[in-house]
Amino acid sequence: MRNKYSIFSLIKNSFTYHENWQRAWKDPEPKSFYDVVIVGGGGHGLATAYYLAKEHNLINIAVVEKGWIGGGNTGRNTTIIRSNYLWDASAGLYDHALKIWENLSQELNYNVMFSQRGVMNLAHNQHDVRELKRRTHANRLNGIDCLWLDTKQVKEFCPIINCSPNIRYPVMGSTLQKRAGTARHDAVAWGYARAADSMGVDIIQNCEVKGIKRKGDSIEGLETTKGFIKTSKIGVAAAGHSSVIANMAGLKLPIESKPLQALVSEPIKPIIDTVVMSNAVHAYVSQSDKGELVIGAGTDAYISYTQKGTHEIVEGTLNAILELYPIFSRLRMLRQWGGVVDICPDASPIISKTSIKGLYFNCGWGTGGFKATPGSGHLFAHTIAKNEPHGLNAAFNINRFVSGDLVDEHGAAAVAH
Amino acid sequence: MLEIKCPYCGKRSQNEFSYGGDAKIKRPELGKEISDKEWDNFVYYRDNPKGKHSELWHHISGCRQWFKVSRDTASHEIFKTAKLDEDL
Repeated sequence: MRNKYSIFSLIKNSFTYHENWQRAWKDPEPKSFYDVVIVGGGGHGLATAYYLAKEHNLINIAVVEKGWIGGGNTGRNTTIIRSNYLWDASAGLYDHALKIWENLSQELNYNVMFSQRGVMNLAHNQHDVRELKRRTHANRLNGIDCLWLDTKQVKEFCPIINCSPNIRYPVMGSTLQKRAGTARHDAVAWGYARAADSMGVDIIQNCEVKGIKRKGDSIEGLETTKGFIKTSKIGVAAAGHSSVIANMAGLKLPIESKPLQALVSEPIKPIIDTVVMSNAVHAYVSQSDKGELVIGAGTDAYISYTQKGTHEIVEGTLNAILELYPIFSRLRMLRQWGGVVDICPDASPIISKTSIKGLYFNCGWGTGGFKATPGSGHLFAHTIAKNEPHGLNAAFNINRFVSGDLVDEHGAAAVAH
Repeated sequence: MLEIKCPYCGKRSQNEFSYGGDAKIKRPELGKEISDKEWDNFVYYRDNPKGKHSELWHHISGCRQWFKVSRDTASHEIFKTAKLDEDL
């Protein structure tokens, strides 16, 4: 068992200059057999392993990660958490996650710095206004808090927004979900890793999956850079590389992989105490605890597995940011990066069994997977352990592309694609 | 940013072009009975390789012609471009 983090452990360790903290997780070599292997050591994969151990009493679990944990999209997003999605199925899914977020730091004994600072979604034209008011009502019917703000209320809630009627895309109103907010992305991966590890999960880093061995319709194991691992159940949470893994098992997914970019500015004093998103002009911004503005941009139009994006996307986003927030005009940008996101045709995820026995996929989160991390892991663990979906993820099966029963969330996914 | 060689105009910067997706998609024959699975395949499933990919591009701010491009999705190297009736 890991030592519990507390004010007392902090004081105790300060006497030894913080040089004797216990390792947060082991660094084991893979065993030859596991009951379940999770492919992908990001937030979703680690959360899945944690809930498999905690709620389904499975102990012999491994998480294999080709790089280091949380080094993929978990460490590359803009950390926004919200659940204001339109359809009932999505509302259930994302609010399930949001409810877990609210107690996650206590549960994991790891401060994930969840901050319910509110998320605004701006409307810039009549259609936006109608669409966002519809979403406000849909959210409320599903028991999700959502407010509609007119232009004057927008200005009161977030004074730095340029609410002049003379800009190219004037602000005509906004939704506000007060329970929404941000969290510290790395802490989510580290917290889940530490908690899963303390229950006996093996977290194996620098271990890339090279092949999936099948026997007929079932799974025999995984070829990895650290040798063959025998298992009968594989849960894949590999985000942008889901298609590559699926291909190893002879499966095709309805997914396209594209880089999604984000950037941060130099640190400044507190200026924006909420998250403001805008689908129409395609820019979203919040301020980190270090004072940097965290700015989200769009995806590139074409398939790419590079963890960077094109300059024109950054340019478009910053144009939008400057029109909405003229006060930022002299800020310099510090860093820019991209993450490879897995986009489904209906902008909703797949948490599902597949046609191959023992192979499960959790993918297609596209541009908005971070917010769902705890809920996604919880439901994926249920799906793997019981070999059937939980009620909340039943709609997100892979067969919906044959049945036509899509969960179209292009409106609520903040990034147009 | 990519530099794409339009088969009609020559090398131009990427921002003159728009992306048109997987070049291998074929609409099922009109009037032919097909299964839901085949239709699903046509509507939703696209090649998503890490590596060589054949795709359509549109020279929208240029000659406005559609053409095919063979590109590596991991390195962004463009191997070849071709007119629609030519092979890649």
